[in-house]
Amino acid sequence: MSLPVTESADMSEPSNEPVTPGDARSRRRRMRSIAIALALAAFVVLFYLVTIAKLGSNILQRPI
Amino acid sequence: MAYVERSEIDPSIDAEEPLGSVGDFFALLKPRVMSLVIFTALTGMVMAPAGVHPILAVAALIAIAVGAGASGALNMWYDADIDKVMRRTRGRPVAAGRMAPGDALAFGAMLSVASVTFLGLATNWLAAGLLAFTIFFYAVVYTMWLKRWTPQNIVIGGAAGALPPVIGWAAVTGTVSIESLVLFAIIFLWTPPHFWALSLYKTEDYRRAGVPMLPVVAGAAATRRQILAYSVVMALAAMAPFVLGFAGIAYAVIAGVSGIAFVGLALRVYRSEANPAGERAARDLFAFSILYLFVLFAVLLVEALGFGGGLA
Repeated sequence: MSLPVTESADMSEPSNEPVTPGDARSRRRRMRSIAIALALAAFVVLFYLVTIAKLGSNILQRPI
Repeated sequence: MAYVERSEIDPSIDAEEPLGSVGDFFALLKPRVMSLVIFTALTGMVMAPAGVHPILAVAALIAIAVGAGASGALNMWYDADIDKVMRRTRGRPVAAGRMAPGDALAFGAMLSVASVTFLGLATNWLAAGLLAFTIFFYAVVYTMWLKRWTPQNIVIGGAAGALPPVIGWAAVTGTVSIESLVLFAIIFLWTPPHFWALSLYKTEDYRRAGVPMLPVVAGAAATRRQILAYSVVMALAAMAPFVLGFAGIAYAVIAGVSGIAFVGLALRVYRSEANPAGERAARDLFAFSILYLFVLFAVLLVEALGFGGGLA
């Protein structure tokens, strides 16, 4: 299916370049990748905080 | 690193396979349902007679919310054929064709496993087991079995929506108690009048989709009778927290007044007929039912936090 979608990616600087379905697809994929990265980062932070909260002061009381 | 579309490697893969946006994936989680789950689970956690580290409490709430969202995603994956037909649901990502069904399935399955595991590690395995059961009950028992099979679908299936306060309580105490079961009972009894009020003015939608909701199978009059009966039992059950001594006088007054209002609206539906006034009565009951449940749990929450003199 061919274009033309006239909406610009950057609304502040209108461009005459048409956005192809391939472009829209790539942008959508990039946004998904960013969302996955952010979700994974949040999960890592949450896991770290939960570990610290569960261990509490015991983390300092292990046999050396 | 260059990006290569799968379709460039294997031409049998359709390059035009729908690619859901971030917003579509978020919509799969049914955020409005999720907000009610978070709220009722939080109430269960705060009412529980034990302390929990705030970080663990937040982690538990996130896990419960994500678990609920996961079951919503699995529901939208399986029910896409029904959703397509119904006006209320045809804009959902899979039904509208904006997302490949496999993506919704993978998303729901992955979040189910992650949320249950995370809740188990953060709190305890009873809470995690209850969350796993809730997801299974909603996605498999309700969605795949009850919904297309019996007009009692939302009565039995309502158990899934009623479990979050029990999970919240279990996450804090490691037990299931009478108090958490009372909270379960209130939501469980609230579900039929809530959904049947909706189905009264969406009957054609359900009939077209072949979903055996009560008005489709037994007719509007039988549904109105059932709504009234469940509303009376629910309003009485809502007094149990006060009777059993784990809610205060503020709760008793608010639950009593709002319960009478609920039954009053159900009575209006019972007396109504299949005309615009009858539809308005059903819409009013549906809208009020959401407010009713929110208010009940809000008062329980406020009292448990010590602002209402409930547990002091």
